[in-house]
Amino acid sequence: MPRPERAPPGGILPLRLENLVVELAGTRALSGVSVELSAGPCSVIVGPNGGGKSTLLRVYHGLVPASSGRVRWCGPAAAEAPRRQAMVLQRPVLLRRRVAANVAYPLRVRGVPADARRARVAAILEQAKLLPLARRAARSLSVGEQQRVALARAWAVEPEVLWLDEPASALDPGATRALEETIRRIRASGTKIAMTTHDLGQARRLADEILLLHHGQLLERTPSDEFFERPRSEEGRAFLKGELLA
Amino acid sequence: MAELVDAFRSAFGLIVGLDPDLLEIVFLSLRVSLLALVPAILIGVPLGASVAIARFPGRRPLVALLNLGMALPPVVVGLLVYLVLSRSGPLGRLGLLFTPSALVVGQTVLVTPLVAALSRQVLEDHWTEYRETLRSLGARRGRAVATLIFEARHSLGTVLLAGFGRAITEVGVAIIVGGNINHVTRIMTTAIALQTSRGDLPLALGLGIVLLAVSLAVNALALLAQEAVRRAEA
Repeated sequence: MPRPERAPPGGILPLRLENLVVELAGTRALSGVSVELSAGPCSVIVGPNGGGKSTLLRVYHGLVPASSGRVRWCGPAAAEAPRRQAMVLQRPVLLRRRVAANVAYPLRVRGVPADARRARVAAILEQAKLLPLARRAARSLSVGEQQRVALARAWAVEPEVLWLDEPASALDPGATRALEETIRRIRASGTKIAMTTHDLGQARRLADEILLLHHGQLLERTPSDEFFERPRSEEGRAFLKGELLA
Repeated sequence: MAELVDAFRSAFGLIVGLDPDLLEIVFLSLRVSLLALVPAILIGVPLGASVAIARFPGRRPLVALLNLGMALPPVVVGLLVYLVLSRSGPLGRLGLLFTPSALVVGQTVLVTPLVAALSRQVLEDHWTEYRETLRSLGARRGRAVATLIFEARHSLGTVLLAGFGRAITEVGVAIIVGGNINHVTRIMTTAIALQTSRGDLPLALGLGIVLLAVSLAVNALALLAQEAVRRAEA
């Protein structure tokens, strides 16, 4: 994956989780996760379903509170963390309006003036190759196109960190290729990408580092090349072989 | 049977001949119910939205109360509004009793809980779908409510139709706070009740047919408008 063009000056990263525990409806979704995410590498979280991947992203993004432990933004601009990150949910909800209006929405929420907003929307749609769809009703698009619109909408706010939860889980190979292309562009613009997937091929294509999560525990964090050659954990080796993890 | 046929014939004669008394009653009915719908929307939809989104102690009883409001008996609402507007009541000085304004107030009180309860249900369903996305996009509470109302506009259109239907077809409130005064507060439902009791079946039937036609026309227009908006958005 290409390295970013610029490193964010005075950013919100690194993000540190300290002994994070999350319980949802009486079930422990994350158990004592401690990890630090820094600007730069594309972090891909893999693991079996129900392992806590989506919960971890939601905690990072502030959608789910920690039951115990700490989530700390440690960069010099930590106070701006809520405004300088964005997320694309596994099943993103597009608003019942045109594609361009969807992309403009978070800018409007952030009080970006109309002229700047229009220019930014046009630029993002151009870069995401969505300009031909700009005036289409967002909900009338195919699943793959909707996913790319959701990605463009998140990108519109120029996030320092972008969380992607299984962004290609419902897509065919063509749509997945287009989506990954957009993710690479976002990454190249300097945004830190952290995403979940259970598609190992996608992890191999996009990741700089792999975080393996199982039963709510972080089993290993390994540079991508190394993970696919020699995973450090027994579960990592089993996961790569396609075995069902107990 | 012959009497009934005659009554129908006379009723159609009144409608086709654009009888001035009939028209006056029809237009007053429409004016009152549409005016009552405005505050009912302005109060009911935000109230429904707030209850749909907020989580606070006592929310469940409040939802039950709102739902109960849908079944408010019009005569009871009429009685309460009468007490408030009567000369010795808290708003007696305004002199609204037995005026079209009293009809508007009464119908507003009747329709607002219905609009609020149905809006709450519609918006709560939408909130389940939109909550995480709107939070993720940075929308705070006020913005989220406004967005939610806009996103649910088609379903809310149906809620408004239900509100209008309740207003234009009610009779209890109108009789009690309007007094059914000829050329002043006589609307379709009260006129139908009066003419039936007097035995003037042609006018009662004519009004009944118009009331049905108006209800159908408003619903049809609203559906057409919704379809047009949907097509434009697609």
